[in-house]
Amino acid sequence: MKFNDAISGALLLALSIAILVAIQSFPKIPGQNIGPGAFPGLLAALLAGCSFILIFRGIKERASEPWLVFGAWLRSIPHLRSFAVTVGCLVFYIVAADKLGFIICGTVVLSAMMWTLKTRPQIFIPVALIATLVIHTIFYKGLRVPLPWGVLMPFAW
Amino acid sequence: MTPHVLMQALALVFDPYVLLVIFCSAIFGLFVGCIPGLTATMATALLVPITFFMPPVPAVAAIVTATAMAIFSGDIPGALLRIPGTPASAAYTDEAYAMTLKGQAEVALGAGLVFSAIGGLFGTAVMIAFSPSLAEIALQFSSFEYFWLVVLGLAGAVFIGNSSVLKACISLLLGLLIACIGLENPAGHPRFTFGLNELMSGVELIPMMVGMFAVSELLRFVTNMDPPMKIATDKIGNIFGGMWGLLVKYKWPLVRGSALGTIIGIQPGSGADMASWMSYAMSKKFSKEPEKFGTGHVEGIVESGAANNSSLAGAWIPAIVFGIPGDSITAIAIGVLYLKNMNPGPTIFVNNPQNIYAIFIVFILANIIMVPLGWLTVKIATKILKVPRNILMPIILLFCIVGSFAINNTVFGVVLILFFGLAAFLLEENGFPVAPAILGVVLGTMMEENFVTSMIKSDGNIWVFFTRPIAMWLAAGTIIILFWPVGTWAWQKYRARPIST
Repeated sequence: MKFNDAISGALLLALSIAILVAIQSFPKIPGQNIGPGAFPGLLAALLAGCSFILIFRGIKERASEPWLVFGAWLRSIPHLRSFAVTVGCLVFYIVAADKLGFIICGTVVLSAMMWTLKTRPQIFIPVALIATLVIHTIFYKGLRVPLPWGVLMPFAW
Repeated sequence: MTPHVLMQALALVFDPYVLLVIFCSAIFGLFVGCIPGLTATMATALLVPITFFMPPVPAVAAIVTATAMAIFSGDIPGALLRIPGTPASAAYTDEAYAMTLKGQAEVALGAGLVFSAIGGLFGTAVMIAFSPSLAEIALQFSSFEYFWLVVLGLAGAVFIGNSSVLKACISLLLGLLIACIGLENPAGHPRFTFGLNELMSGVELIPMMVGMFAVSELLRFVTNMDPPMKIATDKIGNIFGGMWGLLVKYKWPLVRGSALGTIIGIQPGSGADMASWMSYAMSKKFSKEPEKFGTGHVEGIVESGAANNSSLAGAWIPAIVFGIPGDSITAIAIGVLYLKNMNPGPTIFVNNPQNIYAIFIVFILANIIMVPLGWLTVKIATKILKVPRNILMPIILLFCIVGSFAINNTVFGVVLILFFGLAAFLLEENGFPVAPAILGVVLGTMMEENFVTSMIKSDGNIWVFFTRPIAMWLAAGTIIILFWPVGTWAWQKYRARPIST
C-alpha cells in the first residue's frame, strides 16, 4: 500500500502540529529557559519542515505517482486473508490471553496462522499443540515467566 | 590490559554455561541466516527476550555469535536459490548463483565461509587495538562533546544508505520523538503517555524492536507474492578445496574488503549490508579482471564476504566506547546492555574491563567456531532450505508474543509489537527506512540529556557548543557531513550548467 508522498507528508505534518500543540501545556521550569517541551518541540518543528518538502515533492511527482497504489498482494484474496489473520492473531491474543490462558490462545494463534498459510489440518493441529506446549515449558518452567493459565487454572502444572 | 584482567575475562567466557550459550546461539544464527526472510537483525530481536534472563556476558555473547553466524549463512541460500538469506549477502547473490550454475557451488560457499571468518577476525583485531585508547580520549568528553557525537552518529545514519535522505531524516525524527515518550527526561515530566501507565517509563525497547524487525518481516512474508523457490543443486563438494590458493591470490582484496567493512561498521547507521554493497563495487573497480564480475567470479565474494563480517565487529567499537550504535544490531545490543546495568561508555573500560575483554574473546571465538559449524551447515543446507516456512513462521509469531510479554509480564508488550510491526511494515512499503528510527529511539534520551545539561551549564548560550576544543572539531565534522550532500548537489548543478547551455 503505497501513498503518494504528499499524503504521507500531510499525515506527518498533522502529527507534528499535534505535538506542537501538546507541548504548550507542559509546565515551565522557573528560572530556566529550557523546559520539558523544548526538545520535542524542536523535533516536531524539524519534522514539520521535512513534511513540507515531502508534500511539495509528492505534488510535483503527481503525474507519475497516484495518490494511493495498492500493492499486488492487496488484490490477492489468500494474501489479504493471511495479512488479516496475522494481525487478527495478535489482537486476539491481546484481548483473550488473560481469560483463556496462554495454552489455548497459543494453540489458536498457531492453528489459524498455519491454516491461512495452507498447511494441512492433520499436520497443523498436532504441531500447533506441541509447539505451544514446548514454548510454554521453555518460558514458564525454564525462564519463570508467569504466562497466564486462564480457564486452565484448575489444571495448572 | 593487565594479565589479571585477561584471566578474569577468560574465566568469564570459558565457563560451561557461557560456552553452551555460544554454541546454541551459533546454531540458531546459522539456521536463521540460512532461511530467506529471516535476517540477522531479526535473529537478534528474537534472541533478546531470552538474553533478558541471562547475566551480561552470556547475553552479549549470544548476540555476537548469532549475528556473525547469520551473516555468513545468509550466503548459502544466495548461492543455492538466488535469494539472499540476509540483506548483507544481497550484493553478491547473483555472482554466487552464477558460480553454482557453473558447478562451483563449493567454491562460492567455501569462499563465503573462510573469508567471512577472516574478515570477522580482522574487524575484531581493529576493535581490540583501538577501542581502549578511544575510550581514554572519550573519558575527557563532557556533555557538549557527547551531544555532537550523537548528532554525528545520527547524521551518518541518515546520509549513508540506499534510500532517500529526506525519508531517512523523517524516520530518524520519528524515532527521536518516540524516545521522548514517558517520564525519563531531564524535567521528569510525563510526556505523550496518553494517560497510559505502561508508557510512563517510556516505550519498552525490546517489544518495539521485536515488532519492527520480526513482526514486520512476518507481515512481509505473508504478503509476499514471489513464486516458490527452487534449489539449484544438491551436490556440494569439499568447500575447503582451493581456499589456500584463493587466499594467496586475493590477499589484497581481502585486506581491502576487511578494512572497508570495519570502517563502514564503525560509522553509525550503516551495517553489514552497506559494507558488502560498497566493497563489492570497490572490488570490481580495482580488479584486474572486472569484465568477469557477474559471470560467476569469486573475487567479489572474497572481498565483500570479508567486508560484511568485519563490519559487525566495527559496529561494536562506537557502541562500547561511546554508547552509540554502529548499526541496528548494536542498537539492540545497547538496549540489552542498559537493561543489564552494564551501560556502555568509556567508564566501562575503567570499572568493568573484564566484561569488555570477555566480549573481545567472544568475537574471536565466534569467528573461529564459525568455520567447522559453517561447514556442517553447508553439508545439511539443502535440508534446512526445505524446512516448511508455513509452519516455521507461525511459530516465530508465537515466539514474538511470548518474548514481548516476558519483558514486563504484561500483555502491553504484545500491543507494542502489533503497533510497531504494522508501523514498520507501512513505513517500508512507502520507502521510509526503519534503521534510522531505531537509532533515534536508542540515542534520543542521550541526545536530549546532553543537550539540556549543556544548555543549563552554559546558561542558554548556544555558542559554547562550538567553542570547547574537542566539541569544536566534532561540530565541524558534523556540519561537513550535514552539508556534504547539499554541497555536491550544488557543485553538480554548477558543473552541469555550461553543458546544458
